[in-house]
Amino acid sequence: MSAAIVYEGVSAAYGPRTVLDGVSASFARGAVTGIVGPNGAGKTTLLRIALGLMAPTGGRVSILDRPLAEWSRDALARALAYLPQGSDAHWPVLSRELVALGRLPHRAAFAPVSAEDGRAIDAALERCDALGFAGRRMDELSAGERARVLFARALATQAPVLLADEPAAYLDPAHQLRLMNLLREEAARGSAVAVTLHDLSLASRHCDEIVVLSAGRSAAQGTPAAALSDATLADVFGIAAERGPGGTVSAIRQL
Amino acid sequence: MPLGNREGGCVGREPGDLTARVVRRAPGLALGMRKTASGDSKECGRVDQTAWMRVEGAARRRARTTTLVLFAVLAMAFVVSLLLGPSNFSPSEIFRGLFDGQGAAGIVARELRLPRAGLAVVVGAALGASGAALQGLFRNPLAEPGVTGVTSCAGLGAVVAIYFGLTVAHAFLLPVFAVTGALLSAGILYLLSRRGAGAIALVLAGVAVASLATALTALALSFARNPYAMADMVFWMMGSLKDAKPADLYFSAPLTLAGLLLLLSASRGLNALTLGEEAARSLGVDVASVRGRVVTGVALATGAATAAAGAVSFVGMVVPHVLRRFYGYEPSRLILPSALGGAVLVTVADVAIRLIAPDGQLLLGVVTAMLGAPFFFWLILRHRREA
Repeated sequence: MSAAIVYEGVSAAYGPRTVLDGVSASFARGAVTGIVGPNGAGKTTLLRIALGLMAPTGGRVSILDRPLAEWSRDALARALAYLPQGSDAHWPVLSRELVALGRLPHRAAFAPVSAEDGRAIDAALERCDALGFAGRRMDELSAGERARVLFARALATQAPVLLADEPAAYLDPAHQLRLMNLLREEAARGSAVAVTLHDLSLASRHCDEIVVLSAGRSAAQGTPAAALSDATLADVFGIAAERGPGGTVSAIRQL
Repeated sequence: MPLGNREGGCVGREPGDLTARVVRRAPGLALGMRKTASGDSKECGRVDQTAWMRVEGAARRRARTTTLVLFAVLAMAFVVSLLLGPSNFSPSEIFRGLFDGQGAAGIVARELRLPRAGLAVVVGAALGASGAALQGLFRNPLAEPGVTGVTSCAGLGAVVAIYFGLTVAHAFLLPVFAVTGALLSAGILYLLSRRGAGAIALVLAGVAVASLATALTALALSFARNPYAMADMVFWMMGSLKDAKPADLYFSAPLTLAGLLLLLSASRGLNALTLGEEAARSLGVDVASVRGRVVTGVALATGAATAAAGAVSFVGMVVPHVLRRFYGYEPSRLILPSALGGAVLVTVADVAIRLIAPDGQLLLGVVTAMLGAPFFFWLILRHRREA
């Protein structure tokens, strides 16, 4: 089966500053792909390009076997669910109202929330263990609870591709694990899940594939053990790793 | 939170969570819950849905009650507004005059009282809805039509019309100039947003446009050819419904309606903006188009209101803020209620100032600014405490 998102030699720039320089990578269906790299490596830009939030200056991107340019805005919104970095609710709406926004791509203008939307919303809340505060305002929740509701919003779209930018930030260790399990569940349902992470040990233990970006170029892609090899870690991050079972990263130290 | 049974439904979650509470409150549902011990998530969803429906039902009832109360207050204030005035007609004479248009009472009712009461409704609706939509767009409860520069530019347009004596040539030229001024400022903001300016850039651009318009207005004042024109301009800028004419109502009502429809067409996008611009765009929302529609809608509605009544400040900021606790925080739910609430506020304020000072020394714009500014400061302090 082909990958859900394929980047071929993609370049991008913010004004004169090049952020991606001929990156090739792919996010497989039914798998969790972790995107790692130092700050400013281009992780977020890679996601934004697939979402059509930013135009690449070169290269090709295909989403679900079709070139990105052929996708209409609405179809793309149904195909890709996106959780931006540091997302938060700008109004203290009720949790369930916030999750309902994830159904916007499926609803016609001015259409009320349908029964099917309701089921998708409840299922998403339930999977994020957030049903308990569905009727509470976002500003009454803790940061971790808010993060779960915001994640449920992305799940409610029921898109075949889920892109999450730093979803593990602000979560305590237990919820980080729970989040990774949720991502795994999504992948088990056949979705392509791509997630940017800073925690290499989390990435190596919970992702099927890892894409390593370094200064706008793809440094490695493969299984966690292969992509996060000692050589790559030294080159890209300037660190060395202690290994757990299966070559996972269990601890890191400065080189 | 237990990390276990994440694949299961609502079985065995910590006590005190929603499902457990529902079970305690509704023993009938407990049976259904026990059946879900096998992990039947459908049943579980149904129980949670019941709890949510209760929350949603309560919210809907609260919104409906508020709407009824607002309509009742508006109806009463509107009637009182019709009965207030310097000429000594009895209520029955005024109402008879309103319906048959005969005699002096008919002229007073139709040419003076009705336009004033109607204009208060239109101006309030325009300002309230504009404020609600702008607060949604900027994701900030302190936004109001004034920050876009629309009010100042409408004022400049009107002052230019008065300055060149065009109002003498045709009464309709003043509103035409005022609305043109408002649309000009909206056009500048719209072009900026098309070029990718964010919400903060738009607010700052609005401030710049407003100060330019104020400077040009001051220029027109200092070059005024005769003291009467100057007095006209100053009086007009202070904002009042005192000299409302039927013509004011005829042009401002349709323009306000058009602006309202534009604002409503942006509802969905405004809701999505609750998640921030990136997420809204990923949900398929054309954020630039939402900005364009809100800015143009505000220009039409607020421009028309300003043309008819001068600068009436703070209504657009206060009304959505007060109504939020009754209608919820979703921006789309506030646009129409804020139109209603604005109509209530302006009508009641216009009645109040006539009861307090029957000679007409109190001007509407002055009173709303005097009451609105302290409210604004209080809001800022409260937000700082909450943050």
